[in-house]
Amino acid sequence: MISIRVQPDDFDVGAELAALEAKGGGAVASFTGLVRPDDGVEAMTLEHYPGMTEKALRDLAGHATSRWPLCGVTVIHRVGTLRAGARIVFVAAASDHRAAALEACAFLIDRLKTDAPFWKKEHRAAGETWVEARSADDTAAKRWDGPDAA
Amino acid sequence: MALDILYFAWVRERVGVGGERLEIPTGVATPLDLAAWLAGRGGGYAEAFADPERLRCALDQEIAPMTADLGQVREVAFFPPVTGG
Repeated sequence: MISIRVQPDDFDVGAELAALEAKGGGAVASFTGLVRPDDGVEAMTLEHYPGMTEKALRDLAGHATSRWPLCGVTVIHRVGTLRAGARIVFVAAASDHRAAALEACAFLIDRLKTDAPFWKKEHRAAGETWVEARSADDTAAKRWDGPDAA
Repeated sequence: MALDILYFAWVRERVGVGGERLEIPTGVATPLDLAAWLAGRGGGYAEAFADPERLRCALDQEIAPMTADLGQVREVAFFPPVTGG
């Protein structure tokens, strides 16, 4: 019921949603992240830590399933060089009701941003720069801390 | 003690390799100690490890504090704060 993939290739959002819809719940929520063409960004290169990445994503999905009554979780993260507008990441959760699906989906993407070993490098006409971590991402991830924290 | 040491993102670019096995001197007890020892190798290492506050680490593929005990760890990774998603 947990599907984790780290891959250079693109994915079919419709097919991923259909697979979760087939799990028998009443709700599927998803988030798709794209390469934003900020300030002339033409492409991004996604680097990761093979071995640890898959484990970190599997742990994250496991935390989500222990915290919400889910019948399916999918996490896909692309690696390598991706053009502006390309899909980077997809997280989705299926449950009986919308609240669990929506909350689990937000949890997955917030925590993925701070807990999974990926690094982004932006490519512009002027050159390449590594993206700096944002404190807003730490704040977003921390909102899931608490008595029933994963 | 031989350790597999991995580098990612700009740490990898400054060091010049993605990973290597190094014989670590006794007295290197934490990732912070290891970063200081690596910085002492000079060149790209000195650049990569000049400011350990900018670095994060993982011990045997688990995120850990820079002050953790290296103990029986076999693989140490150094990298900047993660920026996926």
